Amino acid sequence: MITGLTGDSVIRFARGVRLQHDRVRERWIIQAPERAFIPDPVAAEVLKLVDGTRTLGQIVAELATRFAAPVDVIGRDVHVMVSDLITRQVLVA
Amino acid sequence: MTETILSPMSLLAELTHRCPLQCPYCSNPLALEPRRNELSTQEWISVLDQAAEMGVLQVHFSGGEPMSRPDLPDLIRHAVGLGLYTNLITSGVLLNEKTFPMLVEAGLDHVQLSFQDIDTANAEHVGGMKGAQARKLEAARLVAADGMPLTLNFVIYRENAARVPQMLDAAVEMGARRVEIAHTQYYGWGLANREALMPTAQQLEQTTQAVEAAREKYAGRLTIDYVTPDYYADRPKPCMGGWGRRFINISPSGRVLPCHAAETIPNVAFPDVRHDTLAHIWRDSPLFTMFRGTDWMPQPCRSCDQREKDWGGCRCQALALAGDARATDPVCSRAPDHERVVRVLETLPAEPPPFRYRRYVRATDEVG
Repeated sequence: MITGLTGDSVIRFARGVRLQHDRVRERWIIQAPERAFIPDPVAAEVLKLVDGTRTLGQIVAELATRFAAPVDVIGRDVHVMVSDLITRQVLVA
Repeated sequence: MTETILSPMSLLAELTHRCPLQCPYCSNPLALEPRRNELSTQEWISVLDQAAEMGVLQVHFSGGEPMSRPDLPDLIRHAVGLGLYTNLITSGVLLNEKTFPMLVEAGLDHVQLSFQDIDTANAEHVGGMKGAQARKLEAARLVAADGMPLTLNFVIYRENAARVPQMLDAAVEMGARRVEIAHTQYYGWGLANREALMPTAQQLEQTTQAVEAAREKYAGRLTIDYVTPDYYADRPKPCMGGWGRRFINISPSGRVLPCHAAETIPNVAFPDVRHDTLAHIWRDSPLFTMFRGTDWMPQPCRSCDQREKDWGGCRCQALALAGDARATDPVCSRAPDHERVVRVLETLPAEPPPFRYRRYVRATDEVG
């Protein structure tokens, strides 16, 4: 868990990392230095909302509305996932 | 044909074999391509268009030294426009305050910068270029200052193996996000210099420990890719993720290869982009189909439970060590020719012989 990551943290991709649609294989991929990997469907939904302006709280709220799920449940999962992606140098907060 | 043909993921564009350095472990073939045979800018642009259309996601601009080509910014810009992830694999000796901004402006995503050693004197002895280390350090500084992600690549061999801990510390100090600690692979120039480069088993063990310690020390700050010399392994590497499965290499003159050492394979035509389309070459050329999948495999690979994990290992290594590109990679302890690998390691000289430096052979260059 990344300390200091709060609902007010603005989430963005690390430089040199991006989410991209692979039209040949019809799936989302994360393009990163010298590797491309496939996000699971939930991670892809989160990453699609990462635009460098939304806060973690706004991303959670958006997902809660979209999937008609409780904010506190989604919030916990997204927080863990974003922390992990920060550790893996995909996202920065 | 029982094999599923996948779309390639990754393209290695070897823009030129020209390079200011002369590293004795260079991955280029022994017969280096002269400048006059190199593909034109327009020919490379067509290659990039075709690659993107086929599903390639990442293009690695390499060489030789790719910054020897003045059209590099144009090729990067074109690749970026196609949605390709662009990586520059460079020695850094031509990367400076004048040239780097042009690459940034073109949209380059990432730089992989190679070092011959962290010790300047030995680095310049191995690279064969005085003053190279200072230029590389300046290149690293420029990339890090810009914020572009930086990977450092250290090729490991007998003489520098003890300095892996310092290399890893230096990588963090230089602001690298990734570092490759890559033991020499023994093809082409590396094979020609094997007795001078091959580390001992004890040295290998020490580098492995240094990498493990640094992974703990720099967790979350530095990703370390560690490549071992497979002569010391029991199982072969899944070379290129399998022949013709994920990877395309284009040589400076446009030959299309399943790996950068494939030009050693005898009795097969080498397809090239001046005479055929990339998609047709990938799908149907004899070179790409000859070792694709598992149908070609001899025993013990054919009935081995690892056959779709290691894909029989490396064809070029089978050729180099067993004299037959169709043989099981002799690195595998189950291979009939495994004894040859053991013998190489048992007969390493106590004193390493002098390097045979990577150089153009003038006669080859002129006859071309």
